[in-house]
Amino acid sequence: MAKYIIKRILWMIPVMLGVLIIVFTISYLTPGDPVITILGSGYTPEKYAAKAAELNLDKGYFGQLGSYIWGIVTRFDFGKSFYSNLSITGEFARRFPITAALGIFGCIIMVVLGLPLGILSAVKQYSVLDYTLTVIALVLAAMPGFVLAILGLVLFGVRLRWLPITGLDTPKSWILPLATNAMPCVAMIMRQTRTNMLEVIRQDYIRTARSKGLSERTILWKHALKNCLIPIITVTGGMVAMVMAGSIITENIFNIKGMGTYMYAAIMQRDYPIVNGCVLLIAFIVCCVNLIVDICYALIDPRIRARYASSGKKHKKKAHKEVT
Amino acid sequence: MTRKKQRDEKLAANLTELTRKQGQWREVLMRLVRNKVGMFGAILCIALVILCIGAPLFTKWDPYEQAVINKFIYPGREHIFGTDDFGRDLWARLIYGGRYSLLIAFGATCFSTCMGVLLGSIAGYFGGRTDLLITRFLDILQAIPSLLLAIAISSALGSGPFNTMLAISMGGIAGGARMMRSVVMSIRGNEYIEAAKATGSSNARTIATHVLPNTIAPLIINASLSIGGNIMSISGLSFIGLGVQAPTPEWGSILAVGKTYIRDFWPLVVFPSMFIAITIFGFNLFGDALRDALDPKLKD
Repeated sequence: MAKYIIKRILWMIPVMLGVLIIVFTISYLTPGDPVITILGSGYTPEKYAAKAAELNLDKGYFGQLGSYIWGIVTRFDFGKSFYSNLSITGEFARRFPITAALGIFGCIIMVVLGLPLGILSAVKQYSVLDYTLTVIALVLAAMPGFVLAILGLVLFGVRLRWLPITGLDTPKSWILPLATNAMPCVAMIMRQTRTNMLEVIRQDYIRTARSKGLSERTILWKHALKNCLIPIITVTGGMVAMVMAGSIITENIFNIKGMGTYMYAAIMQRDYPIVNGCVLLIAFIVCCVNLIVDICYALIDPRIRARYASSGKKHKKKAHKEVT
Repeated sequence: MTRKKQRDEKLAANLTELTRKQGQWREVLMRLVRNKVGMFGAILCIALVILCIGAPLFTKWDPYEQAVINKFIYPGREHIFGTDDFGRDLWARLIYGGRYSLLIAFGATCFSTCMGVLLGSIAGYFGGRTDLLITRFLDILQAIPSLLLAIAISSALGSGPFNTMLAISMGGIAGGARMMRSVVMSIRGNEYIEAAKATGSSNARTIATHVLPNTIAPLIINASLSIGGNIMSISGLSFIGLGVQAPTPEWGSILAVGKTYIRDFWPLVVFPSMFIAITIFGFNLFGDALRDALDPKLKD
C-alpha cells in the first residue's frame, strides 16, 4: 500500500511537468510581443533589449522554459507580473487561502447535503419526495454556477435585500458564493448517490443482512453506503476540480479577492506569467485531489487494496500477455 | 387495464419483429420514443434549434440595430422580453445569439469526439507502448480542469466563435479518448478482428471497417451528454469576456452585460439565464434518454 502511494506521488511529477510544458507552450505561441505591449510605441532598441532581458524573454523557447521550471522547482518562484512587477508567489500566498476556504466549505456543503438527500431519494424511490428531489437535481444540474449566482444576486441581493452582493466581509456575505460553488455539485452528488444506492440495495448481501435481523439503519449506513461510496468519491473529486476552475467566474461575480479575480485580471491584461501560474497551481491541486481519491478507494474497498498489494505481479502478467 | 396489457404485448411483439427485420437501430428508436422525459428533452432541443435557425421568422427586430431612445424597456407587447442597454430587442438577441451558442457547442462536440476517436482507437487497438504514451498524455490533459484549459487556450487564441470552439473542444478530448480506448480494447479481443487480420486487411482498414462501427453507440452517448456541458462552458467563457464578444449576441455575453445593470434592470439577467438553463436542461434530458435507449443494460 505504502509502495503504491509513493509510486502514485512520484507519478505526479511527470504529469505536473507535462501540464507546465503545455501551459507554457500555449502562452509562448500566443501572437503578440509582451515587451512591445508593456513599453508602448516609443521605445528604443536598447530599452527593448533591457526589458526583454529583465522579463527573461530574450532566450529561445527552451531557455525560457528551462529557467521557468528551474525557478518554480528551486525557489517556488512563478516569476513576476509583466505589468505590476509584483512577485506572483507573494500574491498567491495572499489570495489562495480565500479561494481554498471557499472551495473547502463548498465541498463540505455539497457532501453534507448531497449524500443524505441522495440516500433518502433512493430509499423512498418513486415517492413524491424522490420525484421532487430528482426534478430539483435536474434543474440544478442545468444551471451553470454563474447563472445560479446571478439569479441568486437578483433575488436575495437586489430584490429582497437579505444578502450583500459583493465581498466576503461578513458571515452573511459567504452564503451566496458558497451556494454558487456547492449547488450544482450537490445535484450531481445526489444523482450519483441515488443511482448507486438503488443498485446496491437490490444486492443479495443486503437481503442477507436483512434476514439476519439487522436494523434498517445499520444496513443502510454500514452495508449499503460503504458499497456505493466509490463512484460517489470519484464524482466528488471531479467536483473539486470544477469548483476550483469555476472560482474564476464565481469570484468575478461576487468581487472576491481570491485566485479567480487575480487570474481574470491577468487574462484581460494578457499577463501570461500570472495566468500560467494560476493554471499550474490549480492543476496541482486537482492532481492532489485525484491522489486523495485514489487512496480513498483503497481505504474503503479491501478488494482494491488487495489488487494494489499484488499489482507488481499483475503488471508482469499483463506485459507478458501483450507480447504473445 | 387489459387493453393496456394488450397494447404492451402488441408493442413487444412489434419490437421483436422489428429487431429481426430492421436491426437494432429501429429498436433503439422505439425505446427512445417511449421515454417520456427524454422526449420532453428532445422537444425542447428541437424547438430551440428551430427557434435559432429560423430566428428571422420569430421576430421582426434586428438583433444589432441600436435605438438608444428605447433602452431598458420592460417586457411588454412590443418587445416581449424588453430591450437591452442599447435599445436592442432582447428576444431577438437571444434567439439570434442561440445560433452561436448551439453551433459552437455542436462544433466543439464534433471536434473533440473526432480527436477522441482518433487517439482512443489508436491507443486501444495497438496497445503496448503507443497506448502507454497516449494514456500518459491524456493524464496530463485531464489534470487541467476543462474550463480552465478552455480559458487558457482562448485567452491565448483570442475571442471569436472558431477559437472558442477550439478552446472548448480541448477539454472534451481526454474523456472521449479514454472511453473510446476502453471500448476498442474490449472489441480487439473478438474473433472477427482476428479473422479480418488473417484475411490480410491492414490496420487502418480493420479499425475503420470492423472496430469503429461497433463503437458508435458509446460514442453517441458520450457526445450527446457533453453538449450540455459545452454550452455551459461557452456561456461561461463569454460571460467573463473571452469566447464570443459584443456586439455578437451570445447568451453568456448578454448575461455579462446584464450583470452590470443587475440592480436596476432584471430582464437582461433573468432571460439569458433562462435560455442557458433550459437549453442545458433539454440536452441533459435527451442525452440521458439516448444513453438509456442505446445501452439498456445501464438502466436495468
